[in-house]
Amino acid sequence: MTYFGDPAIWLPLTFAALMGLSILIYVVLDGFDLGVGVLFPFAEPAEKDRMVASIGPFWDANETWLVLAIGILLVAFPAAHGQILTALYLPVAIMLIGLILRGVAFEFRAKAPPARKGLWNLSFYAGSMMTALSQGYMLGMYIMGLEQRPATWAFAALTALFLTVGYSFIGAAWLILKTEGALQRKAVGWAKGGIWGLILGLGAVSLASPLVSPRIFDKWFAMPEALFLAPLPIISAALVALLWIALRRLPTSDDSFAWFPFAISIALFALAFCGMAYSFYPYVVPEKLTIYEAASAPESLFIILIGTLFVLPMILGYTALSYRVFRGKATALSYE
Amino acid sequence: MDTLLLSRIQFGANISFHILFPTITIALGWMLLAFKLAWQRTGNEKWMEAYRFWVKIFALSFGMGVVSGITMSFQFGTNWPGFMEAVGNIAGPLLAYEVLTAFFLEAVFLGIMLFGASRVPVWMHTLATFLVAFGTTMSAFWILVLNSWMHTPAGFEMRDGVAHATDWIAIIFNPSMPYRLTHMLLASGLTVAFLIAGVSALRWLWGDRSEAVRATLRTGVFVGAALIPLQILAGDFHGLNTLEHQPAKVAAMEGNWDTRGNVPLLLFAVPDEAARENRFEVGIPNGASLILKHHAAGVVPGLNEFIGEDGSVMHPPVAPVFYSFRVMVGTGFAMLFLSWGAAILMTRRRSGVEGLPRPVLWAMVPMALSGWVATLAGWYTTEIGRQPWLVTGVLNTEQAVAAVPAPMVATTLIAYLAVYAALLIAYIGAILYLARKAAHGDRPETTTPRGQPMAAHVPGE
Repeated sequence: MTYFGDPAIWLPLTFAALMGLSILIYVVLDGFDLGVGVLFPFAEPAEKDRMVASIGPFWDANETWLVLAIGILLVAFPAAHGQILTALYLPVAIMLIGLILRGVAFEFRAKAPPARKGLWNLSFYAGSMMTALSQGYMLGMYIMGLEQRPATWAFAALTALFLTVGYSFIGAAWLILKTEGALQRKAVGWAKGGIWGLILGLGAVSLASPLVSPRIFDKWFAMPEALFLAPLPIISAALVALLWIALRRLPTSDDSFAWFPFAISIALFALAFCGMAYSFYPYVVPEKLTIYEAASAPESLFIILIGTLFVLPMILGYTALSYRVFRGKATALSYE
Repeated sequence: MDTLLLSRIQFGANISFHILFPTITIALGWMLLAFKLAWQRTGNEKWMEAYRFWVKIFALSFGMGVVSGITMSFQFGTNWPGFMEAVGNIAGPLLAYEVLTAFFLEAVFLGIMLFGASRVPVWMHTLATFLVAFGTTMSAFWILVLNSWMHTPAGFEMRDGVAHATDWIAIIFNPSMPYRLTHMLLASGLTVAFLIAGVSALRWLWGDRSEAVRATLRTGVFVGAALIPLQILAGDFHGLNTLEHQPAKVAAMEGNWDTRGNVPLLLFAVPDEAARENRFEVGIPNGASLILKHHAAGVVPGLNEFIGEDGSVMHPPVAPVFYSFRVMVGTGFAMLFLSWGAAILMTRRRSGVEGLPRPVLWAMVPMALSGWVATLAGWYTTEIGRQPWLVTGVLNTEQAVAAVPAPMVATTLIAYLAVYAALLIAYIGAILYLARKAAHGDRPETTTPRGQPMAAHVPGE
C-alpha cells in the first residue's frame, strides 16, 4: 500500500473517482430510459410498446449504477452519506416512489389484464417524471450547498425542470438510434424540443455554481486555470451546435448518423460532469466535508478496492455483451 | 409517535415488502434452470411450458424486488445514518461486494434471460439463466453475512466509537451466519415450492389438465415435502445457536421470565410485560428445557436476567417476538402436514394428481402464500428479538436514527404504505390473471429457442 504514497490520500480520491464514474454512467444510462418515460404521453399506443421494447432489456442494469453510486457514497464516505441523504429526505423519498412506480410498470403493463394497461402506462410516465424531477431538484440543492432557503428551492425547481427536459433529450436521442420510420422521425422532433433543456440546464449550473461559492469562482476564473478550463465550455458549445445541425438533417435515408445525437449527448453529459467534479473537489458535502474527512478507514476501503478492480472490468464486459446481444433496431419484446 | 418509532416502522415496512420478492426469486431462479435443463435433457415440452409460465412470475417478482431494494439502499442513509457512521467499515465492504458480485450480474443477465432467447444460442440462454440464479443467491449470501454480523458481531475492534475490521474471515463466517443463511435459503425453497404447488392446484381446479400443470404441481409438492423436514432441523440448530449468542431473544421466544430448569414449551400464552408474567398459559411440561438443553431439568435463561442495574430493559419486547415465533412454527407444521399428506396421496397406487381430493387441492391455494407468512414471522422473531440493539452489544437502534422531523417520516411512511399495498394487490392479481389465462388454454402459437414451432396446447381430458 505504501508504494503509492499515503493511502489516506489516494484511497478517498480513487473512491471519489469511482463514485463519479458510476454517477456519470447512471445519468447517461438511466437518463435515456427515464427520458423515454418522460416522452411517453407524446406517443401512440403501438409506439409506446416499441419505446418500452427499446429499453426493456437494459433498464434494470441501468438502475444498478445508481445503487453502486449510492453504495460507494455509503461505504466510502459514510459521514457524507448521512448528511446528504437526510438533507434531501423528501426528494429522495419522491424519487424512490417514482422508481418503484416506473420499475414495476415495465412488468405489469405486459402481464396485467389488458384493461389495466393504460393505468400502468400512466404509472410508468408518472414514475419517470417523479424520478427525473426529484433528481434535478437534488442536483440544484447540492449545487446550492444543501441550504434550505426560498432562493435555493427556486433554483432547484429550475434544475429539476431542466434535467427532466435534458433526460427527454437523451431519451429521444436513444430512440433515434433504436427505432425507425415514423417513430424515429417523431424522436427527431422530440430531440429538437429537448435540446433547450440541455442548453438551459448546462447554462444554469455553469452560472450558478461560481456565483454561489466564491471558492468555485476563484477556481474557474483565476489565471492560468481559466486558460486550461476554457476548452470545456467551448467544446460543449461546439457540440451543441453540431447537434443542432445534425438534428435538422436526421433521419437520413440510409439511417447513417442515427448514433450521432446519442453519442454527442454522452459527450455533453460527460463534459458537464467533469466541470462539476472540478468545481466541487475536494468537497463531497459542498463547503462542509471533504472526501478526506468523510472517508472510511483505509483498511476497509482497500478491501473494497481489490474487489472493485477485479469485478468492475467484468461488469463492464458483460454489460457490453448485453448491449451487443440487443444491438440494432428495437424489436417487439418476447420471452420466446 | 416519535421519529425513532416511525423510522423503525418505515424501515420495517420496507424490508418486509422487499423480502417477499427475493424469497421467491432466489429459489425460483434455480427452479427455472431445472425446468430448462429438464426440457433440454428430455425434450418434453411440458418443462418448457412450465418454464414459460413461471419465468413471467419470476420477472414480475424480480422487478418488485429491484425497486424495493433500491429504496432500502437509500433508507440506510435517510433513516439510519448512525448505522454506517458506527459500523460502516464492516457493513460497507459487505454491501459493496453484494452490489459488485450480485446486483450487476443478475440485472444484466436477466435481460438476456428474459428477452434474449431468440438472439443467443441455447447454451448462452441457459448460462444466463444460471447466472441470474447464481446472482440472486450471491446477493442472499452477502446480505445475510451482514445481517448475521449485526446479530453476532465478530472480527472487529472499536476505536473511538467506530468499528474497525480486524479479521474478515471472522466477520464473514460470524457465529450465526451458517445457520441463518441455511435457514433463509431453505425458506426461499419452501416459499417457491408452495407457491408453485398452490398456483398449479388453482389451475387444476380451474380445469387445466395440461402435462405442464401436472409436472409443476408434483414438483411443488415433492420439493416442499423434501425441504420442510430439513427446515425444521435447520431451525432447531439456529435456535440453539441463538441461545448461545443471544439468550435474551430465546427467552422472549419462549416467554420465559425466570432463569430455571423444567421450563415448559408454551403453545399459547399472553405475555404481560408490565406485570412481567404470562397469562392464559398452555404448555407442554419441560418442553423448552428438552428442546434447548436436551434434558428436562435443563436451565434456560429468563428475561429477568436482562434487566440493567439501573432498571433499564435490555431484552426485546416480549409479545411480538413470542407471537411471531409461534406463527412461524405453526405455519411450518401446516406446511409439513400438507406437503407430506399430498405426497403420500399422490404416490399411493401411483395415482398422481388425480389422487388428490378437492379439499386438499383447495388447501394448497391459500398455502401458496404460506412461505411468505413463515418468512415474515421468522424475520420479525429474529429482528425484533435483536432489540434494543441494532448491532448486538455495539450500537443501540436509538443511537442510529436520523434527526428527521417526525411528520416528514410519517408522511413518507404513509406514501410508501399506500404504494406497497397497491403493488401487492396488483402483484397477486397479475399472478391470478396469468394463472387463469394459462388454465383456459390461452397459449399462443409460439416457437421454442431451438426454432421448432410449438403447437398451442389444448387442455382437457
